Amino acid sequence: MEEFLLIFRRDFNSKESQPSAEGLQNHLKQWQDWFAELSAQDKLSRPIQRWDREGKVVKSKNQILNGPYVEIKEAIGGMIFIKASSYDEAAEIANGCPILELGGNVEIRKAEMPADH
Amino acid sequence: MSEKEELLPHLFRKEYQKIVSVLINLFGIAHVEVAEDIVSDTFLSATENWSHHGLPDNPTAWLYTVAKNKTKNQLKRNQLFEAKLVPQIKIDSSLSEELELDLSYQNISDSQLAMIFAVCNPIISSESQIALALNLLCGFGAQEIADAFVTNKEVIYKRIKRAKETLKEADLPISQPSISEIAERLETVLTTLYLLFSEGYYSTSQQTNLRKDFCMEAMRLNYMLIQNAATNSPKVNALMALMCFHSSRFDARTDKLGESVLYHEQDENLWNQELIERGNYFLNNAATGNHLSKYHLEAGIAAWHTQKEDTPAKWEQILQSYDHLLQLEYSPIAALNRVYALSKVSGANHAIEEAEKLNLRDNQFYFSLLGKLYAAVDAKVALAHYQTALGLARTETDQLLIRRNIESLHTQL
Repeated sequence: MEEFLLIFRRDFNSKESQPSAEGLQNHLKQWQDWFAELSAQDKLSRPIQRWDREGKVVKSKNQILNGPYVEIKEAIGGMIFIKASSYDEAAEIANGCPILELGGNVEIRKAEMPADH
Repeated sequence: MSEKEELLPHLFRKEYQKIVSVLINLFGIAHVEVAEDIVSDTFLSATENWSHHGLPDNPTAWLYTVAKNKTKNQLKRNQLFEAKLVPQIKIDSSLSEELELDLSYQNISDSQLAMIFAVCNPIISSESQIALALNLLCGFGAQEIADAFVTNKEVIYKRIKRAKETLKEADLPISQPSISEIAERLETVLTTLYLLFSEGYYSTSQQTNLRKDFCMEAMRLNYMLIQNAATNSPKVNALMALMCFHSSRFDARTDKLGESVLYHEQDENLWNQELIERGNYFLNNAATGNHLSKYHLEAGIAAWHTQKEDTPAKWEQILQSYDHLLQLEYSPIAALNRVYALSKVSGANHAIEEAEKLNLRDNQFYFSLLGKLYAAVDAKVALAHYQTALGLARTETDQLLIRRNIESLHTQL
């Protein structure tokens, strides 16, 4: 079993990309269900950590910007660590991520073990 | 005579753990055997004396007096023991004649609390901690512990002996746990008490009374933690609540023949209302601070189970608690229970979909759950799952339950 990092990104800024109040409620429920499923299937390799929405970006020395945005409009919504046997399985898991329904995406990275080198 | 036969084992067990704790506290863990010998000797004298002269007016006081004398004699008689030991013993006078064994209520409970923390030490395995706790803290003999664990006496005897040796080698002082020790060790203590309780509650042993005693002992030790201000944390109260809720069903969950009665077939009139109330009381006490432990969540689930009627709110809350519980700590049983709760909230089909993703192929309860979920959907598939479960089930009790499920399926086939 390998460890993968899933990073969720979406556009939290532009108006047309934001769900309605009811849609947001529904969306949050989907996250809850998805996390519940992943933990019930023993797929989480580390406890879920929630992150705030504020953020700061350091661009060059002493140039520190407020907000979680780099160049693009998308910002990190969160990240989890999962157990999967391969990139394929990790992608299949990421396929169920609710961020996709709001036009977001999931970046997947495999953890490198010391033995890999 | 029969009254005496009932009384003595109980009295001996109750007093055994008290006197042993005080003695070990006095001598140090390295001299466990000496402490045990003194107490065994005391009980031997009691049995001999009482069978000739009848029961004294105050058997406990009698035992304490004899135990005190035997302790003094032990110290006097064994010069070597004394020479080695006396420097370690915290007494005002170095003269063993003046040594007073303090068997006051306060010293007994202080000693027992110190012993709980000494026994629940991660340097010994958790199964050894449980065996040792049952032996030293609860006064059960190796045979009784073996009966409850459904194993033989030698296994338990060796386990206890090895655990004592490990503690002895580590030569740990037994003392009132400090604030930092409490913070560090309380988790282990609670895990051991939880396992001790579960051993009694879920054991496959047919000895119902013995199992009940294990549960009561776990609750007694837990209550000691609640009575002490330093250990009376929300988590400790949550575990106590959990134990109260579970044990409220103790009399309802086995029938006259000793066979288990499933939750939905239980007679609610046999549920112990007093324990349910106590459970609610401790759960309220647990609802302080901002840390939600697995004991809080499990106690919350158990609290809902004291209400037999199915309501949407009940299963919605239970499902959420299982979701939370699994995120704190994964266990296959919690994952299976979550799916069951899910079936109550959003129907069998959705639950089947989720259950199949769990893929716990060597777990009999996984197949039993699939059997149960499919029962309403497709009886043939349900039967196949129950049969797989039957093939995996080890104990007669489990096999019997699965066969009963299969029988009730046949009416649908």
